[in-house]
Amino acid sequence: MTSNGKPKFAMYWAASCGGCEIAVLNIHEKILDVDANFEVVFWPVAMDAKYKDVEAMEDGSILLTLFNGAIRNEENEHLAKLLRQKSQILVAFGSCATEGCMPALANLSPLEELVSTVYSTVSTDNPENIHPQPTYKAPEGEIHIPKLYPIVRTLDQVVDVDYYMPGCPPESHQIAAVLDLVIDAIHGKATLPPKGSVIGAGGSTVCDECPRKRDVKTIREFKRIQNIMLDPEICILEQGVICSGPATRSGCGALCPQAGSPCIGCYGPAEGVLDYGARLLTAVASVIESKDPQEIERILEGIPDPAGMFYRFNLGASLLRASKAAWAR
Amino acid sequence: MSKERIGVYICHCGSNIAGTVDVVEVARWAGETLKERGVVVSRDYKFMCSSLGQELIQKDIKEQGLTRVVVAACSPHLHEQTFRNACKEGGLNPYLCELVSIREQCSWIHSDKAVGTEKAKAIVSGGVEKVIWNEPLEPLRVPINPVTLVVGGGIAGIQAALEIANSGYPVIMVEREPSIGGHMAQFDKTFPTLDCAACILTPRMVEVGSHPNVKLFSYAEVTNVSGYVGNFQVTIKQKARSVNTELCTGCGICQEKCPKKVVDPVFEAGLGYRKAIYTPFPQAVPKYPVIDRENCTYFLKGTCRACEKFCPTGAIDFTQQDEYFTFDVGQIIIATGWDLFDARRIPQYGYGRLANVFTSLEFERLSNAAGPTGGKIVLRDGVTVPKSVAIIHCVGSRDRNYNPYCSAICCMQSLKFAHIVRERTGAEVYNFYLEMRTPAKGYEEFYQRVLEEGTHFIRGKVAEITDAARYPGEEGKIIIQVENTLIGKQMRVPVDMVILSAALEPRRDFKEVARLFGISCSEEGWLIERHPKLDPVATMTEGIYIAGCAQGPKDIPASVAQGAAAAARVVGKIQQKEILMEPIRASIDQDKCSGCRICNNLCPFNAISFIEERMVSEVNPALCQGCGTCVAACPAGAISGTVFSDQAILAQLDGLLLKNVKVLDFTPA
Repeated sequence: MTSNGKPKFAMYWAASCGGCEIAVLNIHEKILDVDANFEVVFWPVAMDAKYKDVEAMEDGSILLTLFNGAIRNEENEHLAKLLRQKSQILVAFGSCATEGCMPALANLSPLEELVSTVYSTVSTDNPENIHPQPTYKAPEGEIHIPKLYPIVRTLDQVVDVDYYMPGCPPESHQIAAVLDLVIDAIHGKATLPPKGSVIGAGGSTVCDECPRKRDVKTIREFKRIQNIMLDPEICILEQGVICSGPATRSGCGALCPQAGSPCIGCYGPAEGVLDYGARLLTAVASVIESKDPQEIERILEGIPDPAGMFYRFNLGASLLRASKAAWAR
Repeated sequence: MSKERIGVYICHCGSNIAGTVDVVEVARWAGETLKERGVVVSRDYKFMCSSLGQELIQKDIKEQGLTRVVVAACSPHLHEQTFRNACKEGGLNPYLCELVSIREQCSWIHSDKAVGTEKAKAIVSGGVEKVIWNEPLEPLRVPINPVTLVVGGGIAGIQAALEIANSGYPVIMVEREPSIGGHMAQFDKTFPTLDCAACILTPRMVEVGSHPNVKLFSYAEVTNVSGYVGNFQVTIKQKARSVNTELCTGCGICQEKCPKKVVDPVFEAGLGYRKAIYTPFPQAVPKYPVIDRENCTYFLKGTCRACEKFCPTGAIDFTQQDEYFTFDVGQIIIATGWDLFDARRIPQYGYGRLANVFTSLEFERLSNAAGPTGGKIVLRDGVTVPKSVAIIHCVGSRDRNYNPYCSAICCMQSLKFAHIVRERTGAEVYNFYLEMRTPAKGYEEFYQRVLEEGTHFIRGKVAEITDAARYPGEEGKIIIQVENTLIGKQMRVPVDMVILSAALEPRRDFKEVARLFGISCSEEGWLIERHPKLDPVATMTEGIYIAGCAQGPKDIPASVAQGAAAAARVVGKIQQKEILMEPIRASIDQDKCSGCRICNNLCPFNAISFIEERMVSEVNPALCQGCGTCVAACPAGAISGTVFSDQAILAQLDGLLLKNVKVLDFTPA
């Protein structure tokens, strides 16, 4: 408890896009409840704070930290460890922190290749071919930028995590519900779920929330969304467009399929599923309606980027983890 | 630490395992290193499957209070049941025993003992982690339907059907052609006794046709199979015969009057004609003809109807449609036979180009007393009797360009041809062979007999069969170019007629057959038996048996033996009245299932149904065979399989990676 008696709240962004922060602000007037119930001690995107202020706090003095973003560099890792140490409840908030999300797709390429794509390809205006260096001797003294790690990791691959909140970003109504739950728990009106639980999401999959009509699936051709007029009533997967709904945890309210767009899987794997991409891949493969190897080959050509398609959000948390060799590079 | 008390048993399997795996070391290692994981006893033994080995387990269960058992020995296909039974005898639920393979998956594939030993340790460690998750289970008991489906009406199928029917149980036989009899019905004589094939076959055919326990569908195919051992549902498509079998008496007037002659590519091997309405041969069973609609003038042009006009009983029915029948059967015997190698694939042998090059099946028809020439051996012109005949062995067999295997019957068949040619024409006969293979009873004696009859035997692979004469005396002849490997000389042998002993090949549609019945076939397409030595007629799918050439090339006695063997297995099962089934089943967690319906049409046993009102899918445990297809496919992870839960499999993987005994560090230094 602090001087004003309110429990402390922190939010941090590591390797992320900032969407999670916006999603939190998107809870509208509920944000006033946050202010009424918490003292916000650290939230770089919303208020000024220094890392040294956090370092100076007593261990466990922050009640709730929403940590979004994946662990891409030294700074991310430092803050993850610091906030773990200072927080009672550490929530992996959003897809990047829980499962790696887009940043973890970088794990498909070696670090040098990533850096060179950013700084040296034809589309880059970098005549002196300057690449970022971890240390630089300026006239004023030596300055540092955080070192990039060869592999993007999820938060729980770096520190112990209490709860996981999926979504890219988590839906605002789910954030509001989680904040309500924590506030109720503070006042003794509710109990928190067991450690390690997924919060702010459902226990089934997106199909459960999707109103589209469903039949058995027999796919003879995969189509891309831009090449087809989707029937608004019928299951998108049955129409040949890969929809990740069957493999994706419920909780979003099936927003994308209802808007005529396939689920892309941002809520991550269903309860108990270890490898999201592998699950979705076997499911999709098993509804291909052909026994002829050549035809199957042709049908599969309709999926131009399988890794990006099936592991769009989950590569960081998948079983396809980096080997020791990757770290040694 | 696991609360279980686990016993680990490492089998030497004589030197099969102990030769490449230090079994004593593996047992010592498991006893020490896996102590933390609950291993209280770890032993090695010469033959775990022996009764002494089994007693070892039983004694430990009683004395050491074991709650789990891991046996590291051979493949579960061989001895899983043995060790489960041993545990059961010892008072432990049989499903708490795990058999891991350190023979097929380890000792047999390694030569380095150090590597083999380390791998065996990992496999044992995986087994220990897995067995912790095993649950006590009771086998399911299911009543068995006494009806048996026999697919294929050749000699193997006929034998199987009669054995079962004579035991008092019902049989449904399905034959694709208009008559049963198979290839044997095409032959004139059978080796080595030179029995008339028809004389010994047709009584069997008649018996099948008239047996009160046999329901025969000819000109029919099986189009769908679902269910499981004891309780299959099969759909049979009865192709439209265009003949009402209730009225037809089989008098044959229709065939006599039909004006349309068609080359018969099946029964007459393209060597003779049949009518558009036909039975393949006079002794056909059933006796009812069929109309070949592709060639019938009425179906082509809308006129003729000669058969209808002359039929004394009004049995011709041009409006007949294909009919589908569904039956419940308990077990299935597949005896679909073989197809002849297409000799055109070896262009240098001239078949299809040189008129007087014949295939073995063509020669069978040519020499058959009921065949197109009445058994007269003549050239393709129909009149000229050959003065010299070459018989080529191994055409399309034992040849890496075509089929690597030996077709098993060609040597004896070629000797039979040689005998028949000598007997009927007195021609000079040359047999071109690679090796003579005459291993069965009476075969070698037959070879001696043919040798003594004066047939010439030339050992060598024929390079070319040509009509291009090069030397005097070759004009107008077919010349066999060959190296006689016994004298080491090239030879050119001019002859009038050539017979190619073509290979036996799997049925062209073997893939569909295998898929339809859910069984596997070899690379070449022969259906695979459960065990090549100890279980030659069962398949990996419970309740489905194979017999005859569908399983691999074989002669008539072997086909008959297999048919009888399959029948014995079937009758044995029927007499048990119920079968014990593995209690390994899939189940769907109704809370996790969102009704996406991806699993709905994947189940090979049709065990999954969609419950519309609740929008979830369900597994029928009576139909489920525990194959795991749906478990793998469920995108929501809502389906799990008993014994093979995700936790159990992952635990086994962790064990294999030795994560249970040391922590692997994947984080940066």
